[in-house]
Amino acid sequence: MKHILQQVFRSGKFVTGFSIFMAIILIVVFYPMIITDAPLSIIGQGTFFPPGIYVSVYDSLSSTTYILNLDDATTKRITNKLNDEDRVSIKEWLVAAGIPESEIDTTDTQKLLDQWFTNYDSQKNVPGMTNAKRNYYVRLNTALKSLLSPEAAAVMQVNPLNNELEQIGTINQTDYVNVGEVANIRILPLGTDNFGRDVLTELVSATRVSLQIGFVAGIIATLIGLTLGLLAGYIGGFVDDIITFITNLFIVIPPFVLLILISFSIGQEQRGAFTIAVVIGFTSWVWTARAVRSQVISLRNRDHVNLSKLSGHSIVHIILNDILPYILSYVIMAFILQISSGILAEAGLSILGLGPRTTDVPTLGLMMNWAMIYQAHILGNWWAYMPVLVTIALITFSMNLMNTGMDQIFNPALRD
Amino acid sequence: MDKEKKPYLSAKGVTKSFGFGRQKTVAVDNINLDLYEGEVISIVGESGSGKTTLSKVLLGLINQTSGDVYFQGVKRDISSQARKREYWKNIQAIFQDPFSSYNIFNKIDSVLLDCINMRGGVYFPREKKTEMMIEACSFVNLKFEELTNKYPFELSGGQMQRLMIARIFLLQPKILLADEPTSMIDACSRATILDELMHLRKEVGMTIIFITHDIGLAYYVSDNVYIMEKGRFVESGAADDVILRPKEPYTQRLINDVPKIYEEWDLSTV
Repeated sequence: MKHILQQVFRSGKFVTGFSIFMAIILIVVFYPMIITDAPLSIIGQGTFFPPGIYVSVYDSLSSTTYILNLDDATTKRITNKLNDEDRVSIKEWLVAAGIPESEIDTTDTQKLLDQWFTNYDSQKNVPGMTNAKRNYYVRLNTALKSLLSPEAAAVMQVNPLNNELEQIGTINQTDYVNVGEVANIRILPLGTDNFGRDVLTELVSATRVSLQIGFVAGIIATLIGLTLGLLAGYIGGFVDDIITFITNLFIVIPPFVLLILISFSIGQEQRGAFTIAVVIGFTSWVWTARAVRSQVISLRNRDHVNLSKLSGHSIVHIILNDILPYILSYVIMAFILQISSGILAEAGLSILGLGPRTTDVPTLGLMMNWAMIYQAHILGNWWAYMPVLVTIALITFSMNLMNTGMDQIFNPALRD
Repeated sequence: MDKEKKPYLSAKGVTKSFGFGRQKTVAVDNINLDLYEGEVISIVGESGSGKTTLSKVLLGLINQTSGDVYFQGVKRDISSQARKREYWKNIQAIFQDPFSSYNIFNKIDSVLLDCINMRGGVYFPREKKTEMMIEACSFVNLKFEELTNKYPFELSGGQMQRLMIARIFLLQPKILLADEPTSMIDACSRATILDELMHLRKEVGMTIIFITHDIGLAYYVSDNVYIMEKGRFVESGAADDVILRPKEPYTQRLINDVPKIYEEWDLSTV
C-alpha cells in the first residue's frame, strides 16, 4: 500500500494535479481567516465596478498633500481622458475643416490638440453633422480646455448656518497624496459583481461551497454505485437482474434531464446547497455501478476468491476482503471524477436557475447565473464570470490530471 | 481396492452448461464418477475439455445444471452457507496458479490462521496457533520465521504452492482436489511438491483427485485414470490399463504428445 502511494506521488501528472487542487483547498481554507467579510455583503452601490484599488476621495482631501512637479503629468491626464473614440471624432472634424488627412496623426496627442485648438470653431457648420454630434464637440472642447487650464480646483462646503457655499480649500494640479496615508482604501482585485459584492471574496466562498457539493455528491454517488455494483456482481442471478434493470433504466434517462426535473419539483425555497448535492449524488451513480459490477464479475471467479470461499468465509467477508481491495483503486478514481462532475452538474443547474436558493451561500454556478442574468458577457465585464470559469476549469482539470496519473500507475498497460 | 465399499464421493449424471440457445456450450456432459476412500484418481484431458469445471462442480463452487453429487452415500446439500462450510471441511482444493490463489492484500499468516479457525481453533491461545503454523510449514520444508508478516507476492511460485500444501496439512480434509497443482511450477520444484503431496496423503489418509493434462504425472501418482474429452469420460480404468494399453485414439494421442528427451518430437499427431 505504501509502495503504491510512493509510486502515485512520483507520477508527474498526479503531482501537478494534486498541487493545483491543494492550492485551491488552501486558498479556500485560509482566505476567510485573513479577510473576514461576509461573502454576500453588498459594498458597492451600482453594478460591475472594474478591478482595481479604490481610494476614498473624501479622505484624500483631508490627507496631507505633497507637491510633485512632474513633466508628463498633463500629457498623462489628457491621454487618460482622451479615448480612441474621441481621437477619431477630432480627426473627422479636422478633415471636415479642410486639413489634409495625411497631416493628422491620432497617436500624437500634443500635435492633435494643437490642431484642434487652432481649427475648432463651435459656430462653424459642417454639412451633414447632426445636432447631437455638434453638442458632443462642444462638450469635448470644454473638457479639454479645463484639463489644460493651470488653475486649481476649489473645494467647497455648505455652511449650515446660512446655507451658502464656502471655499475650504483648493487642489492644485501638482498636489499628491500618499495612498498609505489615506484612511480608506479598498482593493478589489476582481472588482464587484452585479449586486456590488466583492467578486474575490464571493468567489472563494463559492469555491468552498461548490467543492462541498462535489464531495457530498461524489460520496453519495460512489457509495450507491459501489454497493449496487458489488451486490449485482458478486451475488449475481436474480439480484443482478433487478439491479441491472434499475441501472439500465437510469442510463436511458439522461441524468441531466432527471436532475432538472427533480430540482424543479423540489422548489426554490427548499433547495439548499446540501439538497442539490444529494440530488446530484442520487442521479450520477449509474456508471460507477455498472463499472464496479463488471469488475466484480471478472473477480468473483478468481482462485483467491474460491480459496476464501473454501476457507469458510461469509459473503460479507469475501466482498470486503477479497473483492473490494482489488477494485479500490478504480473506485477512488471514479470518486474523484464524481466530485468534478458533481461540481460541473451544480454549475449547469445553477446557470439554468435551478441551483441552490440564492439567499444564503454563493456557488460557482450561481455566480455564473448572476453574471449571465445581468449581461456581464455582453457588457464586457469579464471579471464577473471569467474568474469563475477559470476556477471551475482548474478544479476539474486538476482532478482529471490526478485521475490520469493514478490510472497510469494502477493500469501499467496505459503508461506511455 | 475393495469395490464392495460404498463410494466416498460420487457424481451421477453431472452436467454443466453455460449460456442459452445457440451459444450454449456443455462443459461437463453427463459425468459418472465414483471415488473410494484412500484412492488417488487422475482426470486427464487437454485444455478446454471441462476438467476444471468438473472440479468446481465437485467442490461445490458452482452448481451443476443437472445430475447429483453424493457425499458419503448421501445427496450433497450445500444450500446454505453453514452447510457449505461443513462440506468444505471434508473437501479442499489446490489450484493451478499459485500466483492468483492468494489475496495479495493479506499477509501469509492469515491464510494459515483461516485454516486453524476452520478446524475449530478460533479460541486457541496464540502460542498454540503459532506452533501449529510452524509445524505445517516445516512439513513442506518451509521456515515459518521467513514467511511470517510477508505478502504472497514476496514468495516464489514453488514456495506459494508448498504453502498451499501446508494449508491442506492444517485442514486435514477427507478429499483433496488438486487442479493441476504443478503445471505452473518449474520441473525441479515439481517433483518435490508431488512428493510432499504424496507424503501428506500417507500422513492424513486423504483421497486425492488429480486434475491434469500431464499423462506422465497421472501414471506416476494415480490408481485410476479418467480420460476426459469435450466434457465426457472417453476411457477410464486402472492406470496401468489405460496408459499402457490405451484403447481410444484420443488417449493414444495424449500419450504420444508427451515430449521425450533424446527423441525427435513427432509433430504429425498434433
